Amino acid sequence: MSFLQQDVPLSWYLILSAILFSLGVIGFLIKRNLITVFMSIELMLNAVNLSFVTFARQWNEVRGQIFVFFVMMVAAAEAAVGLAIIIAVFRARSTLAVDRINLMKL
Amino acid sequence: MNASSAFPIQLGLWLIPLLPFAGFLLNGILGCRLPRWMVTVIGLLAPLGSLLIVFNATLVAASHPGITVCKGCAYQVPSYLPNVENLGHWLAVGSLHIDFSLVFDQLSLVMLLVVTGVGFLIHVYSVGYMHSDPGYARFFSYLNLFLFFMTTLVLAGNILLMFVGWEGVGLASYLLIAFWFEKPTAAAAGKKAFVVNRIGDFGFLIAIFLILAQFGTLTFSEIAAKLAANPTFTGGVLTVICLCLLFGAAGKSAQLPLYVWLPDAMEGPTPVSALIHAATMVTAGVYMIARTHFLFDRSPAALSTVAIVGAATAIFAATIGLVQNDIKRVLAYSTISQLGYMFLACGVAAYSAAIFHLVTHAFFKALLFLCAGSVIHALGGEQDMRKMGGLRTKIPITFWTMTIAVFTIAGFPPLAAFFSKDSILYAAFLQGSGGIVLWFVGLFTALLTALYMFRLWYMTFFGESRTPDAHPHESPWSMRAPLIILALLSICGGWIGIERFAAFLAPSTGALPWAAAANPRLEIALVAFAVACAIVGWRIAHVFYLRKPERAAQLAASVPLGYDLLANKFYIDELYNSVIVKPLFVVSRYILGWVVDAAILGGLAWLLAGIANLSGMVLQRWQSGNLRSYAAWLAAAAAAVLLFVLLAGSSHGWSLTLFHPEPILKLSRISIAHLGQASH
Amino acid sequence: MHLILFFLFAGFCLAGAINLLLQTHPINSALSLIVVMTSLAVLYLLLGAEFLAIAQIIVYAGAVMVLFTFVVMLLNAGREERTLGSRAAWPIGFPAVVAILAVLATILLRAQGLSAARLGEGLTNAPNQSNLVQLSQVLFHQLLLPFEVTSILILIAILGAVALARAEGSQTGAERTAPK
Repeated sequence: MSFLQQDVPLSWYLILSAILFSLGVIGFLIKRNLITVFMSIELMLNAVNLSFVTFARQWNEVRGQIFVFFVMMVAAAEAAVGLAIIIAVFRARSTLAVDRINLMKL
Repeated sequence: MNASSAFPIQLGLWLIPLLPFAGFLLNGILGCRLPRWMVTVIGLLAPLGSLLIVFNATLVAASHPGITVCKGCAYQVPSYLPNVENLGHWLAVGSLHIDFSLVFDQLSLVMLLVVTGVGFLIHVYSVGYMHSDPGYARFFSYLNLFLFFMTTLVLAGNILLMFVGWEGVGLASYLLIAFWFEKPTAAAAGKKAFVVNRIGDFGFLIAIFLILAQFGTLTFSEIAAKLAANPTFTGGVLTVICLCLLFGAAGKSAQLPLYVWLPDAMEGPTPVSALIHAATMVTAGVYMIARTHFLFDRSPAALSTVAIVGAATAIFAATIGLVQNDIKRVLAYSTISQLGYMFLACGVAAYSAAIFHLVTHAFFKALLFLCAGSVIHALGGEQDMRKMGGLRTKIPITFWTMTIAVFTIAGFPPLAAFFSKDSILYAAFLQGSGGIVLWFVGLFTALLTALYMFRLWYMTFFGESRTPDAHPHESPWSMRAPLIILALLSICGGWIGIERFAAFLAPSTGALPWAAAANPRLEIALVAFAVACAIVGWRIAHVFYLRKPERAAQLAASVPLGYDLLANKFYIDELYNSVIVKPLFVVSRYILGWVVDAAILGGLAWLLAGIANLSGMVLQRWQSGNLRSYAAWLAAAAAAVLLFVLLAGSSHGWSLTLFHPEPILKLSRISIAHLGQASH
Repeated sequence: MHLILFFLFAGFCLAGAINLLLQTHPINSALSLIVVMTSLAVLYLLLGAEFLAIAQIIVYAGAVMVLFTFVVMLLNAGREERTLGSRAAWPIGFPAVVAILAVLATILLRAQGLSAARLGEGLTNAPNQSNLVQLSQVLFHQLLLPFEVTSILILIAILGAVALARAEGSQTGAERTAPK
């Protein structure tokens, strides 16, 4: 089969997932806006979802996909509540800069 | 020899210590609020009750059906003794088992009669003597406390309970010596007594530990049984035990080198001196040696030490007593000397003779002290003999009872001490060549005893009155009655005779050394020597203090060094002060106080606090509240966990093939099936 | 064919992710994230998970990211400012990320036994059933209870979000309308 007819090795999907996850962690570390930090967390979740789907394909198990289904549900709920918290924090501190929200220091 | 099961009658021994303790509590807590007559009644009922119970026990002993004991008939002893009363468990640790057991045998019977009898008489005397003292109720509560501990000591069936009583009488002694605690000398004397006693108690404790290690038990009967089962066990550790016990006894009974507290203890009221420092507490050491005689019998070295200590103390104290001017000090040194006699008797294994002398000594020494108290009371607090004199016609009853006491202590027949002292000297003489030296020392001490006692007698009662402005009056009846009773006891107390006494005590203290072969001619010869010494001493005192009083001062001036040495008590107190007390003070204040306490311990505490503080300050900076820093540390920890799993997995042999999740899935399938069935 | 699609949409994923990091305004980051999620949906399709691909677009790109955008507009979030910064983020965080990536890459590149994927192939254990039927068979039979619990979870999340995000009650309204 020609180059274009080749199948995609599943390890490539997994490496993509790892790279996306690392990018999410970097975003969590370097971004200074609270909402952007939260978006990096969503990115991490999606990377993990990709690896779950890949493994579901690897072992022909539909439960991998069901796990992704549940992750999506929980991520949606978490996004709703997290954003509500961000709104409340903004109301209290009038800023969305991560470094200014440091009331938890000793 | 536990015969209590064969003798089911309960003697109520537990009441003997308990009644004085109840009196102590009542008078101590409520005494200041009760009227004086009620305090007196409570204070007197307690020892009277104990005395009656002791009498009852004695009569029960004497009237046991089938076996009678009467003075003078067949030397039979009642078979019911010892009567052991077990009040309950105390310690049960491993194989060590100690109960609150009270033992009533011949020895404790005799001691109890002395303690409660003389104690009761002195309680009665105190009613009159302490009449005008504001601390009246406190005095009686302390006296009752002392009786509680002393009866516990005497009745104890094991060494630990005896030690409780031992420490307790030390405490009561401290409280009573320092009774007038506002007086600095009295407070200091109380402290000195307690501290010196404590040093002796240390020896006693070491002995207890050694006995426990050696025998595994502390009950007297069990130790005696174990020793009896092992007839060849002598010397060695037993000698060490006995020497430690001797050290403890020396502290309590004021022997060399721990006698220094007794003369100072005269700061307490006179009834205290009579009860504690003449009749009962100081005899606890002798009692303890008699009680543990089975240990001492196995160690000839220890016995020799006891005898030498006793004889040395006797003559040492007698020489000091010759030149003292305080009437109570003379009696204090006399007590130390007489206790030396008792130790001498124990040292030649004549324990019954020691107890005999203890009994007679209780009578005449208590009488001497009470008479001295009467004299002091009559002169309104004067204690210096140089300021007394001519009291013979003014306080006749005191004079006559004191006379009886003085003649008794000098050893004139047929008064009490004659029998007991001569039995001691006879026992010493029989001991061999060393025994003859001891006998001679004892004889010389008898001469000195007669000398200083008659000196006291003449200076106090005879000659011109050196206090013309005093109005001496006779004591009230509460003070006179005990004097008369004690005088009667001093007269006839020795008539029981040493042989019968020893035969009675033999089951508990062992037989006399000469029980097998008595030598009546030797006895009479030694008796003659002793009486001759007493008469010589009387004669010398007569010449020096009655006929030509100035000769005493001339003699003192002609031997200034000797007189100085004696008058200053051989400078022993100063020696102890510079050799023991001062270095201890320096060590405790400078080394322990500055170096250990302030520098080391304080520095350690400062260091620990500093470390906590510093680490807190350092770690505080880690909790910055900064979200990104926390995120960074999170990521670092996640990386560490991943690395660890990778490395640990590879070291365990997991290959990097991705293993099939089938086993895990099986487990999850089963668990989910359980959940799923609920929804079907 | 599959290869081209994979490279294309994997590239979109990576581009979107890197853009999310590089943009300063949160709305730009949100739009980049939408690109990432949509590309991931296509990748799910390539892996034979059709239902999940659609669910990804409907739920994630269509609901969650819209929520994000709403919040950005509500709070009027502006460009990021230079703030105090964190002393630990760069020295400790960056090596940590590198370590994570390195470990994962090591494991994945050395793993054996991974097969390949082809577009159009579903899971091969039940070739006649569609992906949706397979999913629902497991979801509504064995995992029915967790499914219901998830719906309760979402209900709780709604209630929580409402309680957290609403204004401080009528007090604020009263303050606003009180005469000054």
